[in-house]
Amino acid sequence: MCGIAGILNLTGQSRQDVSVLQRMVYLQRHRGPDEAGIYIDDTIALAQSRLSIIDLSSGIQPIHNEDKSLWIIFNGEIFNYPDLRNYLISKGHSFYTHTDTEVIIHLYEDEGVNCLQKLNGQFAFAIWDNNKKSLFIARDRVGIRPLFYALHNDQLVFSSEIKAILSLPNFPREINLQSLDQVFTFWTTLKGKSILNGIYELPPGHLLVAKGGRIEINKFWQLPFSSEKTEHNREKLIADLKELLHDAIKIRLRADVPVGSYLSGGLDSSGITSIVKKNFNNKLKSFGIRFEEQDFDEGEYQQEMVNYLGFDHSELFIKNTDIAKHLKSMLWFTEKPLLRTAPIPLYLLSRLVHESDYKVVLTGEGGDEIFGGYNIFKEAKIRNFWAKYPDSKLRPLLLAKLYPYIFKDNRLKDSLVEFFKYGIDEPSNPFFSHIIRWNNTSKIKAFFSSELEENLNSYNGLDELRTDLPADFNSWNYLSKAQYLETTIFLSNYLLSSQGDRAAMANSVEMRMPFLDYRIIELMCNVEPELKINGLNEKFILKKVFKDLLPQRILNRDKNPYRAPIKQGILVNKELTGQYLNRDSLKEYGLFDPEKVRLLINKLNKFEKASEVDNMALIGILSSQIIYNMFIKDFNPDYSGMKQFDIVFDMRT
Amino acid sequence: MDNHKEHIKSFIIENFLFGDEKKLKDDTDFFSSGLIDSTGILELVGFIESSLPVKVNDDELVVKNFSSLNNITAYLKLKLNSNSN
Repeated sequence: MCGIAGILNLTGQSRQDVSVLQRMVYLQRHRGPDEAGIYIDDTIALAQSRLSIIDLSSGIQPIHNEDKSLWIIFNGEIFNYPDLRNYLISKGHSFYTHTDTEVIIHLYEDEGVNCLQKLNGQFAFAIWDNNKKSLFIARDRVGIRPLFYALHNDQLVFSSEIKAILSLPNFPREINLQSLDQVFTFWTTLKGKSILNGIYELPPGHLLVAKGGRIEINKFWQLPFSSEKTEHNREKLIADLKELLHDAIKIRLRADVPVGSYLSGGLDSSGITSIVKKNFNNKLKSFGIRFEEQDFDEGEYQQEMVNYLGFDHSELFIKNTDIAKHLKSMLWFTEKPLLRTAPIPLYLLSRLVHESDYKVVLTGEGGDEIFGGYNIFKEAKIRNFWAKYPDSKLRPLLLAKLYPYIFKDNRLKDSLVEFFKYGIDEPSNPFFSHIIRWNNTSKIKAFFSSELEENLNSYNGLDELRTDLPADFNSWNYLSKAQYLETTIFLSNYLLSSQGDRAAMANSVEMRMPFLDYRIIELMCNVEPELKINGLNEKFILKKVFKDLLPQRILNRDKNPYRAPIKQGILVNKELTGQYLNRDSLKEYGLFDPEKVRLLINKLNKFEKASEVDNMALIGILSSQIIYNMFIKDFNPDYSGMKQFDIVFDMRT
Repeated sequence: MDNHKEHIKSFIIENFLFGDEKKLKDDTDFFSSGLIDSTGILELVGFIESSLPVKVNDDELVVKNFSSLNNITAYLKLKLNSNSN
C-alpha cells in the first residue's frame, strides 16, 4: 500500500524538478512511511512512497521491466499475482523482485491496457512506456484505491491524494460549488469529481492514457447488471459462493506481515472473521469499536463472536468528545466534507491497529451492497408494492418492519407514511429507490448562502447522474437499479473513500475487502432479487452461506447500520464550533447563511433529540467550513521533515 | 385564533425554515413540501402543548390536522372550543 504521484509534460520537454515530487510524496507519507523512490526523465517524473507488505526487502518502487523501457508506480495489491507471475515466467519474462508490482508491468508488456481484465485486486497505478512515450493510469473496478489528476501549466499531474496536487507551485485552490451541492444531496461527490475546482478523480474501473499531448479516459469495467431474468439453483449457488468467498479471503491473506480483521458484530465482518479463524489463522487478531452513546454500540455482538470463536480481540472505546476532537485531523485525510461522523471512529481504530504493529486488516465492506443488505433496498421493494395501489392504507405499514424504532411511536405513523409517500406516483423514475433519501438530504441546502445559490444557477446533480446511467438501466429490476446507485455513489465515493482508504491509510493501515472480489460481484449481479432479499429477509443467500459459521443471534439479528454520534459529538466542543461557525468566518468563506446557521445551533441546543436532517446540516456545514479553511484559506503544509528519496532513477539529459 | 396562528408560524419559521419566512404560506403543506418530518411533528406538538392549554390526543395526531398552518388553526379552534365547553 502506498502513495503515488507523477507529472507528465504534455507539450514538448521541460526539465522536471525532483523537489516538486518530493513535496508531493511527503504530503502523502502516511500512505507509505517505509521508503520512497523516483523515476525522472525529460518528459515525466514518477514518485512513490511505500508501505511494505509484500517483498519487504527488494520491492522498492519505481519498478521497471527487463530493458527498462517500462516504469511503474503502484498503490495497492494484486491478489492473484502468484498465478500471473507463473504465467508470465512461462512466457519468458524474468523478474528481479518478488512483488505484485512487477507482475503488472510484464503483463502490460504483453497485453497492453487489456492487462486490467486479468488483475484481481485493489489498485491505482501508472506505467510510463518510454518507447511509445505513453502514460497509462488505471484504477480498480470499484474504487478501493484513490487516484486524482489535474491539468496545470501544460502538465498532467496525478496523485493518490488531493493535497499532493495542491503542493504544486501556484496551483489555484477553489471549492467546486457543484461538488458541494452533490455532497449536500448524495452524501458525497459524484463520479469523477473532487471538492476542488480543476482536480478530478479517475473513476473506478477506468483507465487514462496520455500520449502525444492527448488524454483519453475509458471505462474497462462496470457492474454487470442486466435485464436478463435468471434462475439459479439455490444449493449450487450457495456452494459456488462458499468456494469463491473462501478463495477471496485466502488470496487476501497473502502478505509478508500479519493480517488482522475488523469486527463490528454485524453479519459481514463476523462471517469473514469466522472463515479466517476456522480455515486460515487460528491466532487471528480482530479490532472493534465501542461507543459511549448506547444507541451506536454493538459491543454485545462483538463479544458474542469472541466467545463463539475464541480469538484475540481489541476494543476501542469512543467517547462523544472524541468526535469533535479528531474531526479536523480526519478531514485532512478525507479531503471532502462529510454528512456523517462515522469515519472518525474508524480513523481512531486504524491508529490502534497501527500501534498493535498490524499493517493489514480484512473488512466486511461491500457485503450489504452486493448481497442486498440495506434497508434502502427493502424500502424500494415495499414502495414498489405500494406504488401499485398508492391509496392503500396497509401496504405502507410494511415500512414499520424496516424502521421499528421510528414507527414505534404510534403518534407518528400517519406523518411517517406521508414522508415515505414522496414520489410514490412515479415508480418508473430511475431514482425511485433513492429519491426519498436524496430529497430529504437536499433540505440542508437551505443553509447555502444566497451567493452560492446564485452561482449554482439551478444546477441539479440528478441531471448529471441521469446522463451517466448505463443505457439499459431502465430495464433492470428494482433491486439491481438500487444496488447500482448505492454501489457506484455511496460505496465507491464515501464508504471506500472517506470511511475506507482515507480513514485507514491515515495511520498506514491497508484494508482488504473479500466481498468486493470482482468474481463475487459478477456472480451476484446476475442473481435474481428474491435470493438476495427474500420477502423482507435481507442478504438471504449470504446468511445461508454463513449458516454453520455463526451463532444464531448474529445470523438473525436485524441489520444495524454503523453510525456515530453527530450532535452529541459536535456541540460538546464549543471551541470548534465557535472557531468555524461564527458569523465572520461564515461570511468570509461565503458558503452558508450565517443567520440560518445561528438558528440551527439554537435549535439543536434547545431540543433534546435532533432530526436526521438537522444532524446532517450541522456536520455538513462544519466540515465544509473546516475543509475551506484547511485547503483553501490556510494551505501551508510544513515540509521541514522532508527527506531525500531512498532511490532515484535519474534519466534526464 | 389569529394570535395562535402567528405564534405557531413564528415557531415554524425559526425552527424549520431558519428565518426564511417567504417559504411559508398559510396553506403550505408541511409534508409534501418537506418542511417538517416526523421528528419535526413531535417538536411542533411539544411546542403547542407547552405554550397553549391543549393536549393533543394520539388519535388526533393525523396528517389532516397538522399538515398546514390553516389546518392546525382549524384543529386548535375546535379543540379549544370543546375545552371551553
